[in-house]
Amino acid sequence: MDTARRGLAGVWLKTIGLTLVLLLFVFPFVFLLINSFKANTAITSNPLSLPQSLDWTNYRNAFEKMNYTASFINSLTVTILGVALISLFAAMTAHYFVRNQTKFNQYTFMIMVAAMIIPFQAIMIPLVKIYGTLGMLDNKWALIYMYLGFGSPLAVFIYHGFVKGVPAELEEAALIDGCTRTQTFFRIVFPVLTPTTATISILNVLWIWNDFLLPSLILVSPQNRTLPLSTFSFYGTYSVEYGPLMAGLVLTILPVMLVYLFAQRYIIQGVMQGSIK
Amino acid sequence: MIKEKEWWPRLKTRLLFTGPTLFAFLTVMIVPFIYGIYLTFTNWDGIATTHTLVGFENYGKVFQDKVFWKSFGLTLKYVLFTVILVNSVAFLLAFGLTRGLKGQNIFRAGFFVPNLVGGIVLGLIWQFIFSNVLVFVGEKTGIPLFSTSWLADPQKAFWALVIVTIWQYAGYMMVIYIAGLMSVPNDVLEAASIDGANGWTKLRTMTLPLMVPSFIVCIFLTLQRGFMVYDVNLSLTKGGPFKSTEMVSMHVYEKAFLSRDYGLGQAEALVLFLLVAVITLLQVYFGKKMEVEA
Repeated sequence: MDTARRGLAGVWLKTIGLTLVLLLFVFPFVFLLINSFKANTAITSNPLSLPQSLDWTNYRNAFEKMNYTASFINSLTVTILGVALISLFAAMTAHYFVRNQTKFNQYTFMIMVAAMIIPFQAIMIPLVKIYGTLGMLDNKWALIYMYLGFGSPLAVFIYHGFVKGVPAELEEAALIDGCTRTQTFFRIVFPVLTPTTATISILNVLWIWNDFLLPSLILVSPQNRTLPLSTFSFYGTYSVEYGPLMAGLVLTILPVMLVYLFAQRYIIQGVMQGSIK
Repeated sequence: MIKEKEWWPRLKTRLLFTGPTLFAFLTVMIVPFIYGIYLTFTNWDGIATTHTLVGFENYGKVFQDKVFWKSFGLTLKYVLFTVILVNSVAFLLAFGLTRGLKGQNIFRAGFFVPNLVGGIVLGLIWQFIFSNVLVFVGEKTGIPLFSTSWLADPQKAFWALVIVTIWQYAGYMMVIYIAGLMSVPNDVLEAASIDGANGWTKLRTMTLPLMVPSFIVCIFLTLQRGFMVYDVNLSLTKGGPFKSTEMVSMHVYEKAFLSRDYGLGQAEALVLFLLVAVITLLQVYFGKKMEVEA
């Protein structure tokens, strides 16, 4: 009885404690939201007050000044294509490496894994120099290509671990039935790897959608900017006007939050799976 | 595995399966990395079409660049505090959220939210909180700690950066710790309970040793991210006030792209890379030694 009561009190204490921490985690977003509906004077005189009315002026301003539609489409294009290319090609490569364990393939795989500890900062200067000389800067297709290069080592590494779990007999049966290697991969292997593909896609979406440094070096002209870039340049230009800035930040966060609302379980699972390997 | 008999179909398969990945990997990571090593031996300014080899001059300059070492020392301090604090908070949250608490999924989902938002946006949100919300609270309540903006004071600006980092990454590391805690076999813990072990003993002698792999991953990630911090740094403090919070990554960026000293900037980036590589590899090596099997 005594231990049971203590247990119950413990649960209450813990719930209250965790709720307080959760409030700490959420309150920055709440401030952001309430201030995005307020006029600049109201924000500076009392950032805690609730807005008088749902005034969308800030949003209209931000939407226009950030070139929101174009930036959103740029972000979407870069993220979707980047993630798709990484998942598809990394799965193919990992599959090939597992099924053809030659010395050459093993060393190539090892180099890819080792390269994961190279931080972007050690590459960015020569990267800008090389692709600048080739005239490939300020081009979102070049950016997508770079994401394939930077993203494939981790993806190949994770896929490699899971392809080993796919029975080779399955593929051999398909080959005997007359499938080519390519058909075997697309009809048998890739579908089996779907949970891994989900994990890798989630990790890469979080990375690419929010990435700032690489796009800021590659994309120069305003019409090519992704969302984080236009948010930041917007802040640079209108730093005194808090209202539109708050609205702009909400607009930047909104798409991810909406996706998270529906796919929250899968996203957390994906991060878990990605870390175990 | 059945292989194509002739060389041409075999090569075609190889190119199709490994070509795009390897080509992108080579041209985006390996070639620039090697070319970067070459650049450290030149005096290229970023504009001129020619540059000359200067030998080890840039590396000599790295050691004389006081600002670099100042920002490096600052980064070390930042990494030390963030690694300890992010992981402590994350582990505590994970520990509280793996024992069937009501609504634990809502908590998990909530703590993870900052990771959905990029560092630039997080920095901007917190800049508003530190320089407006907290100052307002300080003026109204008379708490001197908040009466002036933290971002205007070198010491406090550093701690602001640490707080935002904890807030940013605790949820992510928590998810990894939850995975680790759930992989501790229940029968081991039950057996310990039957033998009379209390909660603290179980945690210390069973759970923690079995969770070493999670600690390795999380510490590795926090180390790497800590050393490379850039976007939160840029949008929260811009390195200010008076360059007092300029972390090493931002310093390298400024050296190369703003001061137009690419050779020196790249040499500093490589020195940073080597130090970080050594630290993280040592951490993983000693971590692996501590691993035990259930």
